[in-house]
Amino acid sequence: MSAITRDEVAHLARLSRLALNEDELDQLAAQLDDIISAVAKVQEVAKGDIPPTSHALPLTNVYRTDESRPGLPPEQALAGAPSVEDQRFRVPRILGEEE
Amino acid sequence: MAYDDAMRRYEPVLGLETHVELGTASKMFCSCATEFGAAPNTQVCPVCLALPGSLPVVNGTAVESAIRLGLALNCSIASWCRFARKNYFYPDMPKNYQISQHDEPLCTDGYLDVVVDTPEGPREFRVEIERVHMEEDTGKTSHVGGATGRIHGADYSIVDYNRAGIPLLEIVTRPIEHTGDLAPQVARAYVAELRDLVRSLGISDVRMEEGSLRCDVNVSLMPRGADEWGTRSETKNVNSLRSVERAVRSEIERQAGVLDAGGRVAQETRHFQENIGRSISGRSKEEAQDYRYFPDPDLVPVAPSAEWVEELRAGLPELPAAKRSRVKREWELSDEELRDLVNADAIDLVAATVDAGASPTDARKWWLNELSRRATESETELSALPITPAQVARVIALVTEGTLTNKLARQVVDGVLNGEGDPDTVVEARGLTVVSDDSALGAAVDQAIADNPDIAEKIRGGKVAAAGALVGAVMKATRGQADAGRARELILERLGAQ
Repeated sequence: MSAITRDEVAHLARLSRLALNEDELDQLAAQLDDIISAVAKVQEVAKGDIPPTSHALPLTNVYRTDESRPGLPPEQALAGAPSVEDQRFRVPRILGEEE
Repeated sequence: MAYDDAMRRYEPVLGLETHVELGTASKMFCSCATEFGAAPNTQVCPVCLALPGSLPVVNGTAVESAIRLGLALNCSIASWCRFARKNYFYPDMPKNYQISQHDEPLCTDGYLDVVVDTPEGPREFRVEIERVHMEEDTGKTSHVGGATGRIHGADYSIVDYNRAGIPLLEIVTRPIEHTGDLAPQVARAYVAELRDLVRSLGISDVRMEEGSLRCDVNVSLMPRGADEWGTRSETKNVNSLRSVERAVRSEIERQAGVLDAGGRVAQETRHFQENIGRSISGRSKEEAQDYRYFPDPDLVPVAPSAEWVEELRAGLPELPAAKRSRVKREWELSDEELRDLVNADAIDLVAATVDAGASPTDARKWWLNELSRRATESETELSALPITPAQVARVIALVTEGTLTNKLARQVVDGVLNGEGDPDTVVEARGLTVVSDDSALGAAVDQAIADNPDIAEKIRGGKVAAAGALVGAVMKATRGQADAGRARELILERLGAQ
């Protein structure tokens, strides 16, 4: 049985706003299936008694002092923006594709 | 459907999600400033702009504030919890995810007692708190083009990321049942109580009009006597206490209308419209959101020690409910008098004035009458008036010791509000002390009698009440500085009416 279905890949693509055609979906579904199946081998040794690892280092409570520092000047902050208006990032229309 | 009809047939269930923006100096995961109203994109850095290679570090003060609020809400504090990524694609977050907490909130299982005024007197409701968790605020999008500046029909949007990354606490209630027709008032009282609690902790300025406290209101209806809840709607961004009340009320009326017509309430997000006092439909939740939460690998777990939590618990200030019952007892207030103080948001001001030496009665009178009127006139909050409780206490002392009449005291307050200095300085500079010296007063009294022979004759004839007109003349002649009681005595004396 495959670890990820073609429908699940299509769903993820939609959530990620990626336009994939039928051929790409077939190809990616197969590749992702290989990757997930390979990683899933870990499950065979890590049974229920080992919690999933979210952090590789045994650190907790790393905090910063609450002091503000200057960030980027706006010209620099906006330098990478494809479009700028009124010192703000200009983005394409948000609703419309689906609603 | 009219509210009363709706309430005869249906029972509401409420749920409230409140976001509080913390008043920290820096953001949740980076050191950018958090000033409200700064020029767009001037408080941003590689972390909150999600530039490649940047890494977040948690603001310790924000964690401390979250624990303190949790404790004040009678919550348990997790001994270990993680941040999670909430993935979604919307340009208000440049990372394409918001750092939040998912199934491991920092604070759980608390409650907040709130009081609602009813015709039968105050009634208390316990609102159970499901969780308080930490997250970051989003950027501010403005929609350009289209008819109304709304997202629907806009041509494009522009984004300011100054707000992105400001620490937020989200406070989620359990479903609130058995409120009956008091549901709108309970919702409002809860948000007001939460606001006062947050303010007493000093962790946020909680200005609803600036968006530092925002509320999402969930409402569902079930037929009276039923035990299965109906489908709920969620009304977003309800941003004033009045709107909280109106949003619940109008949603109850709307849903009752839908159900009565045999319809089905859609599970959807609605947007409250301040100008029309009700909500309009937004994005439908028919297709459940898929946020693909997972633990954020960039942030290590938060594991507050029991010692730290107990230290914070011991350092909590007197909370609003305790303060209210204390001042009610100490100042011997009726329910109505306490309510007036609460509604005027004046308890702390009056308490500070009492601490500075004034009597509770005088302190209350000045803040609730004269100063409330000034605040209304200048369209500001009482606490924002440029006069301190110590200065008010000094004005009261000057009246009590007879140096000022109430009328002169109001002029002194004028001077203080005008920035002319302390009460004593204003008294000195404006020459405002009561004239009770008989020789100075005597001349004014003689003049008033000479100017008003008709009235003087009436008083001689025994109409003592007419003396008021002469006292008025004396006050006018002395520009309000005469001791009115002494002036009256002198008038009656001279006219042989005593």
